[in-house]
Amino acid sequence: MGTEFKESIHKAVNDANLTGALGKFSEAYKVNRAKAYEGIDFEELRGRIAELKSYAASHLDLLSDLFEQNATARGAKVFRTSDPVKVREYILTVAQENGVKTVVKSKSMATEEIHLNPYLEKAGISVGETDLGEWIIQLAGQTPSHMVMPAIHMTKEEVSDLFSKEVNERLTSDIPRLVKVARDRLRPMFLKADMGISGGNIACAETGSIVLMTNEGNARLVTSLPRIHVALVGIEKLVEKYADIAPILKALPRSATAQLLTSYVSIITGPTPNDDGSMKDLHIILMDNRRSEMAADPKFKQALQCIRCASCLNVCPVYRLVGGHVFGKVYTGGIGTILTAWFDELKKSEDIQGLCIQCGACKDVCPGRIDIPELIMEIRRRLVQEQGVPMLQRAIYSVVNNRKLFHGMLRAASIAGKPFTSGKFVRHLPMFLADLTDGRSLPAIAAEPFRDRFKGIKQPECTEKAAFYAGCLIDFAYPEQGEAVVSVLNKAGIRVIFPEEQTCCGAPARYNGAYETAAGNAINNIRALLAEDVRYVVSACPTCTVALEHEFINTFESLGQTEWIPKARELAAKTVDFSTLAKRLVDEGRLTLKEGQQLGRVTYHDSCHLKRTLKVSEQPRELLRKAGYELAEMFECDMCCGMGGSYSLKLPEISGPILQRKLKNIKETGAPVVAMDCPGCVMQIRGGLDQDGAAVQVRHTAELLAEQLKE
Amino acid sequence: MYEQFKTRAEGVSAEVYRFGTKAGALDFIVGFLEREGIADEPQAHALWTECPFLDGIDRQTLAGVAGLKFEITRDLAADARFGISQMQWALADTGTLVQDSTAIDQRLVSSLPAIHIALVPTSGILPDMPALLTRLHPAQSGYIAMITGPSRTADIERVLTIGVHGPERLVIVFVDDLGGAN
Repeated sequence: MGTEFKESIHKAVNDANLTGALGKFSEAYKVNRAKAYEGIDFEELRGRIAELKSYAASHLDLLSDLFEQNATARGAKVFRTSDPVKVREYILTVAQENGVKTVVKSKSMATEEIHLNPYLEKAGISVGETDLGEWIIQLAGQTPSHMVMPAIHMTKEEVSDLFSKEVNERLTSDIPRLVKVARDRLRPMFLKADMGISGGNIACAETGSIVLMTNEGNARLVTSLPRIHVALVGIEKLVEKYADIAPILKALPRSATAQLLTSYVSIITGPTPNDDGSMKDLHIILMDNRRSEMAADPKFKQALQCIRCASCLNVCPVYRLVGGHVFGKVYTGGIGTILTAWFDELKKSEDIQGLCIQCGACKDVCPGRIDIPELIMEIRRRLVQEQGVPMLQRAIYSVVNNRKLFHGMLRAASIAGKPFTSGKFVRHLPMFLADLTDGRSLPAIAAEPFRDRFKGIKQPECTEKAAFYAGCLIDFAYPEQGEAVVSVLNKAGIRVIFPEEQTCCGAPARYNGAYETAAGNAINNIRALLAEDVRYVVSACPTCTVALEHEFINTFESLGQTEWIPKARELAAKTVDFSTLAKRLVDEGRLTLKEGQQLGRVTYHDSCHLKRTLKVSEQPRELLRKAGYELAEMFECDMCCGMGGSYSLKLPEISGPILQRKLKNIKETGAPVVAMDCPGCVMQIRGGLDQDGAAVQVRHTAELLAEQLKE
Repeated sequence: MYEQFKTRAEGVSAEVYRFGTKAGALDFIVGFLEREGIADEPQAHALWTECPFLDGIDRQTLAGVAGLKFEITRDLAADARFGISQMQWALADTGTLVQDSTAIDQRLVSSLPAIHIALVPTSGILPDMPALLTRLHPAQSGYIAMITGPSRTADIERVLTIGVHGPERLVIVFVDDLGGAN
């Protein structure tokens, strides 16, 4: 990661105004969004949007032709180009041929993408942004930090300073007054402008229409008052049919600002009369700028399903800490990372793709049903493919891919780590775990790993067999969690085997783009876990479960290694996470717990992979209730804890504050115990609470359950 | 559907009234303009665009309302405090008004003045957007305008503020006997 980039993060996370504003916004957004979608089947709605946008992405040429034909028939002038330079030249030519001196703009990310304003200004044309947020950042000489709310990073005091300078009068920071100042200041600009420039939220091929949505009413003025209207539209905004606009009009305002509909929607088709009786000179520019290439890429085609609502920013635990400017100058947040990699260049995304912690929160809310985390992983993979794995990481992966050496080093670490151990925690670990910062203690490597302890466990005779996949953390740091899993399964009449040849699930390599290493890990594990015929392969680590159930297959597919896919599917079919299996066994009456226990309050932390990839959230809660606990839900129970595997090592300045927020939410429940299903989250949260000094126990659900098995 | 519309529209700060007859609505509008200080001077006058509501109304009876004009120009609209126009449809599930706004006058009076008074036939209430899209097509209208509440922003510290570039008040007047205007 570049120094400049690291500095921008440092600056952002230490900007209390920014993190305060974004934090409050993201908390309110979640509640308001849910309210806006009340009574609506979101999955059905986004299914329809994904389908119609995906169709459009597959037929960009056809729909562009159709749009051009229909818009031209209505009298619009349509200009199509793949080149941003040509877009700028076209607009300037239209302006110069018509003696345009002043332009007013309504918000358009496409014009930001091609850096239109400085270009026109250099040619002597005055350009005024009229969206309040855009005008603020134009006055401040900044770039938008959010796709929907461009000035979200600024305080009312900063705005009042800017406006005071602009109107030459000392203004207070009274917001309604500031808005009035903007209205009064911009009104004459609207009235005198010769050209209005807008974007387009939707372009409808069947009718040749563009659809504009605003709340302030500026787009209505921009498209009505000046005699020339230029609309710049990225071709990903195309839809085929007129009826297709309905689902987008339903989802976009709800997802963007939690509104049922924006204050204004305009559907413009061909020129309409100006107030002097002349007809509008309407130009519509369909801009490609690598969108067709994106559509031709089997992985990235789905990114064209984006309707630019920015909900992926609003729910992102990282965005709400660092804001938009860390991401770059145009598109920000999760989808912004992907768009920057394409519309700008892959290289530009090198640093920002690393901001993604892979928690999956954005994927859950995306109205275009885009798998944003998966696409960011693909960017990582391609970057690694282009540039190779950095030296240090390569050294680590060569170790990880050699099970004996890796496990040998972990065992050595249990001894080497000893002098630093304080109670159950060490301040520093050897090797790649060495580079850690404050805010979290790390567990000591267990003196006796699970694989050794396992040999000493006496199991009853059982009719069914399950293979236990421990994963590195349970094996070498939390063997007691593994023992808990064994005792619960034994109680239900399942004998547990531990295939010795199992090794790292490959997630660390995969999440760093090193797919070859991950594939090596996958092959070793498939061999080990399918060697003996078992009914289940059980894991008590959701990240490992996701690897076994989904990612092995995906890694092979991404690399085009089809040979191992059938075996990977066989393993996936047998894989189950601990809580899902335990709940099933309880329901089947095979697993009985002590009755009438009153164990007090517990709060539950949803691990990202368990909740959002495996869709498991009720099972552990029901198990805990059955065991005799009273659930005390924490605020944002399913928000990432900031661990993200090696993320917490690479970006501790982001991981740290995410953890602190989680700890605060845990402590506020007053529950003496916090339960979770992921040893990685245990490591992060237990370490955080250890340094915090709070008397809250951090336990894996399996441990709490194992304590309540009926004698 | 009227009740649902009213709830939704008021939820986004629109003011909603309903009258059985044109006469009732007209009385209300005249009273409203007078209460709000209509006068024949800039920033106080009202512009009323041609619309089915005005059919059959003797404009002489309105001559006593000083500052009420039926002539629309860009300059007059820029200086008007009130704009009055008729919207054709209302969408119950979002509290939205819809109009074929191809004629520029319709947009001038509903976007430049501080207060927009929108007349709507009660029969124009539709359940939702898909119902509208089957009735109003770009083939018939070059500029379809939808209005949901007054102009708003949250661009400064995400604080909702009403009245940016468009009207700061939207007064919706339903009229039952406006008939089959659609």
